[in-house]
Amino acid sequence: MLNKFPDDSVGLVEPQAIKFTEALPLACGRTLDQYTLMVETYGKLNTDRSNAILICHALSGHHHAAGYYEGDNKPGWWDSAIGPGKAVDTNKFFIVSLNNLGGCHGSSGPNQTDPQTGKPYGPDFPLMTVKDWVTSQARLADHLGINQWSAVIGGSLGGMQAMQWAITYPERLRHCMVIAAAPKLSAQNIAFNEVARQAISKDPHFYSGRYYDHNAVPKTGLMLARMVGHITYLSDDGMREKFGREMSAGKLMFDFNPQFEVESYLQYQGERFSTAFDANTYLLMTKALDYFDPAADFNHDLAKALEHVSAKFMLIAFTTDWRFSPERSREILDALVEAKKEVSYTEVDSPQGHDAFLIPIPRYMEIFNAYMSRIAADIPTETNTAGQEGYHAR
Amino acid sequence: MRADQEIIHEWIKPETRVLDLGCGDGTLLRHLIDNKQVCGYGLENNHQNIAACIKNNVNVIEKDIDEGLASIKDNSFDSVIMTQALQVMHRPDLIVDEMLRIGKECIVTFPNFGHWRARGYLGFRGKMPVSKFLSYSWYDTPNIHFCTFKDFEQLCVQKNIHILNRTVVDNEHQHRWWTNLWPNMLGEIAIYRITR
Repeated sequence: MLNKFPDDSVGLVEPQAIKFTEALPLACGRTLDQYTLMVETYGKLNTDRSNAILICHALSGHHHAAGYYEGDNKPGWWDSAIGPGKAVDTNKFFIVSLNNLGGCHGSSGPNQTDPQTGKPYGPDFPLMTVKDWVTSQARLADHLGINQWSAVIGGSLGGMQAMQWAITYPERLRHCMVIAAAPKLSAQNIAFNEVARQAISKDPHFYSGRYYDHNAVPKTGLMLARMVGHITYLSDDGMREKFGREMSAGKLMFDFNPQFEVESYLQYQGERFSTAFDANTYLLMTKALDYFDPAADFNHDLAKALEHVSAKFMLIAFTTDWRFSPERSREILDALVEAKKEVSYTEVDSPQGHDAFLIPIPRYMEIFNAYMSRIAADIPTETNTAGQEGYHAR
Repeated sequence: MRADQEIIHEWIKPETRVLDLGCGDGTLLRHLIDNKQVCGYGLENNHQNIAACIKNNVNVIEKDIDEGLASIKDNSFDSVIMTQALQVMHRPDLIVDEMLRIGKECIVTFPNFGHWRARGYLGFRGKMPVSKFLSYSWYDTPNIHFCTFKDFEQLCVQKNIHILNRTVVDNEHQHRWWTNLWPNMLGEIAIYRITR
């Protein structure tokens, strides 16, 4: 455990579980009568409640985006970007990060107890869409008294949520930052997701998603799913640079055990993930990705879908990202330009593939910082600051 | 503001949509936004400039203009501007076509290779002109398609492009009365406003 946190860390954090009792109608036609969202907040909400930023997580993310838990020596998943003096500056902003519905880190989801049955939801938890998540996030904003976000920010699947926010609630965000995302998945993206789902559902320990009842975990399936996913997060260049054809024994062993570094790396990643993540959540998250297509409601015209958007957009893509390549971000860009919206776009040169969005690459951070100052400058001046204490995160 | 930008500023109508190709740090767009309430974007591929635009609160899009502007629809902008970048393009003629496709009007500025100093340099020294203003050597210059005013106007005739205005300035972007006497010899930078 760290005794002292780095100066630019938000330090010790604690999540809070927020219960919602108003029923949430979902895209699939079903309804969640009540649900819980696990939430972390960093920084201080100003008296006008106008400096809030929502961070949306990607496929395997959760609410723990920054800071440290008691006893942990690893910070949250986006600690490189969130903290005092960092791009998403906790001295200026009140940052909200949640675990989406269907997740496996404490928000209502397959691994949580269904209040109606007293047993885990398992495969009975409804399939969620990006739109459903955004609706639940809007309820969270209402709960926190936030009428309009300074910005909604997300990478990958998180970027899709940010985009959906701008479409569904145009008046509720001033800026929308979409990083390494796409306006919808390609057939190739869906194909990779399907391989992952097949690996999980064909695992003998999956029990049609009711593995909790059998005290089992479809570990092999989850591991394979993560391995194939992980390959799509890295780039060919990045893998060559990181592993090349290095062999742990230094020579060919003529057996089927992992011997190339890349093999052991993927196995390690898969192994670690399979003990930390829920298989049903993985299935649900990949489906939410597959289903995301905001243009579908507008005759497949993305510009039309973005017609009523009022947020200003910042789009960032990474050159070696082939999961959601720069071309995919440019589809969003072109639609925004066609719809006459405010947008900036940059392509960051990096060998890290899709993973780059979580890595503090200097040029990426320079643009991120510059745009965040713009977001800070757009915070309306407070109507009354004298003698009033802001809402404290904890 | 630079004199050439002042001239461009005069030619841009208020509250119109502007695209600035090779927008640099966004100074011109910033000025047009502040004073003419235009909206629009700058296209740029230099990283420092992109960051500067974002700091300047100017919408900037990373783009290599040489790759073309096919993703932008016809007549999307009231004005498309390109200052001092035409000579850097691989195919200036095609870029001018593209600018006139996506914009109702275009403003182009470029250095005049027919200026007496350039002529003198090549004529007397027998070497490619290098000056404070055009400070590159022939082998490392980004300026790969120099032309004279006459060349450009000939291209306009060939392509049926109408020249709405032409102003000639010197390298300090000052307009001198005598440059109009013999622009192709005395003008260093031309600012053209063109349309189909």
